[in-house]
Amino acid sequence: MRYALKRLVQSVLTVFVVVSASFGLVRLLPGGPLDYLRAQAIQQGGSDLSVTEINRRIAAQTNIAVEEPLYVQYLEYMGAIFRGDFGRSIWYEAPVTEIIGPAIPWTVFLTGSALFLAFTVGVSLGAFMAYREGSRFDVASTGIGLVLNSTPGYVVGLLFVAFLGYRLELFPTGGRYASALTPGFSLPFLTSVLHHGALPILSMAVVGFGGWALSMRGNAVRVLGEDYLRSARLRGLSTRRIAMRYVARNAILPMYTGLMIAIGTVFGGAVIIENIFAYPGIGFYLIQAINARDYPLMMGGFILITVAMVIGITIADLTYGWLDPRAKGGDARESY
Amino acid sequence: MGGLTPARKEVTHVSPTEIPDEADDASTEAVESEPSVNNEARSAITGHAHTGRTPADGSAVSAFEQVAHVSMTEGERRRQWFEERVLAPARIVWNDWRARTGFIIVVSYLLMGTVGTVLVTAPQPNQGELLIGAFRTLEFPLGTTASGTSILSQLVYATPSMLIMIGSGAVFTVALGTAVGTLAGYKGGRLDSVLMTITDIMMTIPGLPLTIVLATVLQIKGNPAVIGILITINAWAGLGRAIRSQALTLRDAEYVEASRIMGMKTPTILWGDIIPNLMPYITMSFVQQARAVIFGSVGLYFLGVLPYSSINWGVMMNAAVNRAGATSSPAALHWLLLPMLTIIVLALGLTLLAQGADRIFNPRVRARHAKTIGDGEDDEPDDPTTTTTTGGF
Repeated sequence: MRYALKRLVQSVLTVFVVVSASFGLVRLLPGGPLDYLRAQAIQQGGSDLSVTEINRRIAAQTNIAVEEPLYVQYLEYMGAIFRGDFGRSIWYEAPVTEIIGPAIPWTVFLTGSALFLAFTVGVSLGAFMAYREGSRFDVASTGIGLVLNSTPGYVVGLLFVAFLGYRLELFPTGGRYASALTPGFSLPFLTSVLHHGALPILSMAVVGFGGWALSMRGNAVRVLGEDYLRSARLRGLSTRRIAMRYVARNAILPMYTGLMIAIGTVFGGAVIIENIFAYPGIGFYLIQAINARDYPLMMGGFILITVAMVIGITIADLTYGWLDPRAKGGDARESY
Repeated sequence: MGGLTPARKEVTHVSPTEIPDEADDASTEAVESEPSVNNEARSAITGHAHTGRTPADGSAVSAFEQVAHVSMTEGERRRQWFEERVLAPARIVWNDWRARTGFIIVVSYLLMGTVGTVLVTAPQPNQGELLIGAFRTLEFPLGTTASGTSILSQLVYATPSMLIMIGSGAVFTVALGTAVGTLAGYKGGRLDSVLMTITDIMMTIPGLPLTIVLATVLQIKGNPAVIGILITINAWAGLGRAIRSQALTLRDAEYVEASRIMGMKTPTILWGDIIPNLMPYITMSFVQQARAVIFGSVGLYFLGVLPYSSINWGVMMNAAVNRAGATSSPAALHWLLLPMLTIIVLALGLTLLAQGADRIFNPRVRARHAKTIGDGEDDEPDDPTTTTTTGGF
């Protein structure tokens, strides 16, 4: 319980640090976003715009009231963010929450499915490779795994778009679902979602599973040589029990930290993949915002993508404590 | 994880019964010319007033009195150092096909970035016809872009800045990750928890979005070294955590404890006792970080969100897709595929090299290949590669 509490506090702290940093980036940099927004407001409104009017506009866009003392600005900014108010997008002329809010589930759908697919396929493949160690299948899969592990996801995505999207016209090359359909739990809608999501998910999963397979193979080969496995066999335990409780559990455990880093890379990778497939998720809007110099949308997108990732990692971390009881015990070590 | 056995001790140990023949004459000369300090120290400790050395047959000498009866001349020492540090690793690299392939690939990219720019003419618009396909003409072996620039020369001229970027990013990550990881793991206590809290926070911020935001807000210029650091801005955190857990296993080793009791300063212990033993892991991480820099930078250049001062593989992909519609039109496809292939081959070379690095630092493999250091211990017929590769997306 203490472990879970500590993790939760740390997650909240992370979000707090990121939001504070974003305030610092927007507010404190000379020649930074705030100056840019002011210059733009003057350009748009002409010379008859009063200073208070400009400040009012900037406050509406960024939640930063420039005329207040710095600490008040900071508190108001933090308050607004935690109420869910991320300011107003300049490009879309709408509240940032309205634009990015609906995009979050789609990004989570892409990254979650890709991660799940890569992990399960990779682990099963790796276990099978370890079981048939030294066979032709093992050698061939190791080679393929190495090549896939050396390929960035966006390369696969671009190849998918070029060949499966444009050349063979098997898959759509953009969007989240066919525009004629209304969202809801209907079969045509769900198939359309899968059809549109298939290529982005696959291009992230294909490059991921090679790495998982290789590390699972290594771990499983190591576990297969352990003494406790021999005593388990001598005790006459069923093969299934040995495979699941002894080999799988002990081989997967060391890969769990890798999973946390993978959550980070998959969220980063999604930014590029969403743009290749014109898939309106958070990453898509983040790049749109940068190209349009839409700072409120950019910071909102960045904060929300971080929050999504923090939640993912916290869940992974809490389940780790459940998988590996040793992690729960606090570490009492002497300090030097 | 890579061999955590204290590598240094095993390799430099010269067993008294296995002296190479030619060393014998040299050693007697050396003894005569400068009486060994070791000998005096020994008589002081044991109380025996031995003036000569123990005879070569080594009979009836207690373990405390035994001294290595070879003292090497400077030249020999240098030769042995060369053998251990340069020749043995080189032999290992050459005997393992994976390490060999990786090494050849990486060296040829290094050559491409240095010599290549001298041999190939610089890329310019309208060097030839527009959008010549790959492998059609001898003048433009890899074809041309939509503005008639030779793709080969673009690929070659992009290499130096990519190499600088990769180098600076990998050095930054590995240096910071190692410093934080070893310090936290060795010191423990409050320093450990403070450093690890910072590390965990950095780890949970998505790297590429952070890079994009920082590059936009800070208005970085296109200096490749700065971009390299920016790409790996929080990659040190993951590495630091991994190195900390390895340092934890070493902090209570006897020789570390001995250094601590002797009152050595923390940096000395970290540098002398902890880091050498983590070198295999650190080298592997360096290569993996290099790969991460390539993936990240090319991806972001492809999106067009990073500033650049010279041509670049990601910028080429961006131009191919946005200016010539390479994904939808077959005529421009080679313009997109060639930079992709360049990246994949380099990344593959780095991955293979990382696996080779694992073998170089494995003391068993190395002792087998260093011929002048005696026979070494029992050789394992084929060491399983301990390189762990986690899912890279």
